[in-house]
Amino acid sequence: MIAHSIFFYTFSIIAIVSAIMVTASKNTVHSVFFLILDFISISCLFIMIGAEFLGMIMLIVYVGAVAVLFLFVVMMLNVAQQKNQWFSSEASSKHIPVGLIISTLIFVELIIVVGGWKYKPDLFDINNSLELAKVSNTHSLGQVLYTDYIHVFQISGMILLVAMIGAIVLTFRKRVGVKTQSYIKQISRERSDGVSVLNVESNKGVKIDD
Amino acid sequence: MEYLGILFDQIYKILFLLVPVLVSVAMVVWLDRRVWAFVQKRQGPNVVGPFGLLQTIADALKYIFKEIIIPSSSNKVIFILAPIVTMTLALIAWAVIPFSATQVLADINVGILYLFAVSSLGVYGIIMGGWASNSKYPFLGAIRSAAQMVSYEVSIGVIIINVLLCVGSLNLNDIVIAQQNLWFVIPLFPMFVIFFISALAETNRPPFDLPEAEAELVAGYQTEYSGMMYAMFWLGEYANILLMCAMGAILFLGGWLSPLEIYPFTLVPGPIWLVLKILLLFLLFALVKAIVPRYRYDQLMKLGWKVFLPLSLIWVVLTASYLFYFNLLPVN
Repeated sequence: MIAHSIFFYTFSIIAIVSAIMVTASKNTVHSVFFLILDFISISCLFIMIGAEFLGMIMLIVYVGAVAVLFLFVVMMLNVAQQKNQWFSSEASSKHIPVGLIISTLIFVELIIVVGGWKYKPDLFDINNSLELAKVSNTHSLGQVLYTDYIHVFQISGMILLVAMIGAIVLTFRKRVGVKTQSYIKQISRERSDGVSVLNVESNKGVKIDD
Repeated sequence: MEYLGILFDQIYKILFLLVPVLVSVAMVVWLDRRVWAFVQKRQGPNVVGPFGLLQTIADALKYIFKEIIIPSSSNKVIFILAPIVTMTLALIAWAVIPFSATQVLADINVGILYLFAVSSLGVYGIIMGGWASNSKYPFLGAIRSAAQMVSYEVSIGVIIINVLLCVGSLNLNDIVIAQQNLWFVIPLFPMFVIFFISALAETNRPPFDLPEAEAELVAGYQTEYSGMMYAMFWLGEYANILLMCAMGAILFLGGWLSPLEIYPFTLVPGPIWLVLKILLLFLLFALVKAIVPRYRYDQLMKLGWKVFLPLSLIWVVLTASYLFYFNLLPVN
C-alpha cells in the first residue's frame, strides 16, 4: 500500500502543479505543454484506480490528437501576444469577470456532485447489473455502451458528425485558378489528345488556341 | 527490503530488454545503410569491424565527443527535452512487446492500446524540437510531421480495430495466440499492406520523409541539433521503426509463433522467430527507402485521408459482418 500511495501522491501533485502552471505560465506554448503533462498524469491516476481503458483512451485522444491541434493553433496564431494584451490593457479586461463566473459555476457544480456522491448515495442511480469484478474493464464498458446507452452513444456520434460537417462548411472555399491533379485525367490521356502534327507555312507560325 | 528486492528484479529485467534493443538499433542502422548501398550498387559502410558492423558505434562515439550547440534564440528547456522525449518514447513501448508466452515485461490487458498511445505521443519529440529551435526550417518540418503523423495514426487505429475484431482481446499475447491456426496476414492482407505504408508515414521514412526533406527543409526538425542530441533523434527514429516492425509482426505475422508447428521449426525458440519477423519487415522498410521516390505533400495527405481511411473503414464493416454472419465472433 505504501508504494501505491507514493505513486498516487506523485501523480496528483504533478497534475495539480501542472494545472496551475497552465494558467500561470507567461508563454502560451508552455501552457499547452503543461496541459499535456496534466493529461498524462491524470491518465496515470486513471490507470492507478483500475480504469486502464479510460487512461489509455485519454492518452490517445487528448494527448495524441487534441493537444497536438492545440499546439498547432497556439504556434501558428500569435496567441501569446493577444493574451498579454488581454491582461495588460484596460479595454479588454471585461473577459476576466466572465471567466470568473464560469469557473465559480464549475466549482459549485463539482461541490454538489462530489458532496452528493459522498453523503447522499441514494440520489445516484448506479447500474450494478454487471458483475464488474469478473470481466475486464474494456469488456464491461463495451457491454454497457452498446446496449443500455446505445441511444446516448449514437446521439453523441451524430453531434460530433454535425460539428465536423459544420467546420468543413465554414472553412471550405472554392478557389479559382488552382490547378488540381486528377489521376483519372492523367491516366486516361492518350497520345492523340495531346500531340497533333500541323503543316506550318514558313514565316507564319501557328496559333495553338483554336 | 521487500520493495527493494522487487525494484532490483525489475531493473534487471528492464536492462536485459533495453540493452539488446539498443544494440540491435545500432545494427539495424548499419543494415539499413548496407541495403540502401547494395540497391545502388555501392559497398556501403564496410570498414569498421567485420563487414563494417561497428560503423554505428563509431558514429555514436563521434557524436558523443562533438560539442552540443544550443542556439541562443532557442527555447532552451524544450530544445534539450525534445530528443530525450523522442528516445524515451521509442524505448518505453518495448515494455509490452511479448517475446514468448511468458517473456514479457508487462503483460497488461490493454497492451495494444498502450502501444498505440505511445506511438501517437511520438509526435511531441518532433514538434517540440521544431518549435524550440526558433528557426523556419525546423518549424516547417515539425508542422508537416505533426499533420502527417496525426493523419496516418487514424488509419493505423482502424486497422488495429480490424485485428481486434478477430481476437476479442486487447492483450498482445492473446493477439499472438489467436493466430495459432492462421496468421492474420492472410485473411487481412489488404490491411497488412495499408498498415505497412502507414507505418512508413508514421515513422517519417521515405517515401514519406517530408518532415526532413533535405531538398526543401535542410534537415527538417533536426536542423539546429548537433552532437549527442542529434544522435538521440537519429537513434530514436530507428528504435521507433523497429517498434513499428514489432507491432506489424505481432498484429499480422503471428509474433513469436513459428510458421509451422512441425519438428524442425519447433526447435527454434519464440523470441528468435519474433526477431526474424521484425528483421523481415525492417528489410522491407530499407528496400522501400532505396527504390521509391518521395511523395508530394498534397499527395501524402490525399493518400492518408481519401484512400487509406475509407478503405480501412470499409474493411472493418466487412470483417465485422463476416464474423457476425458466420457466428465467428470471439466471445469469452
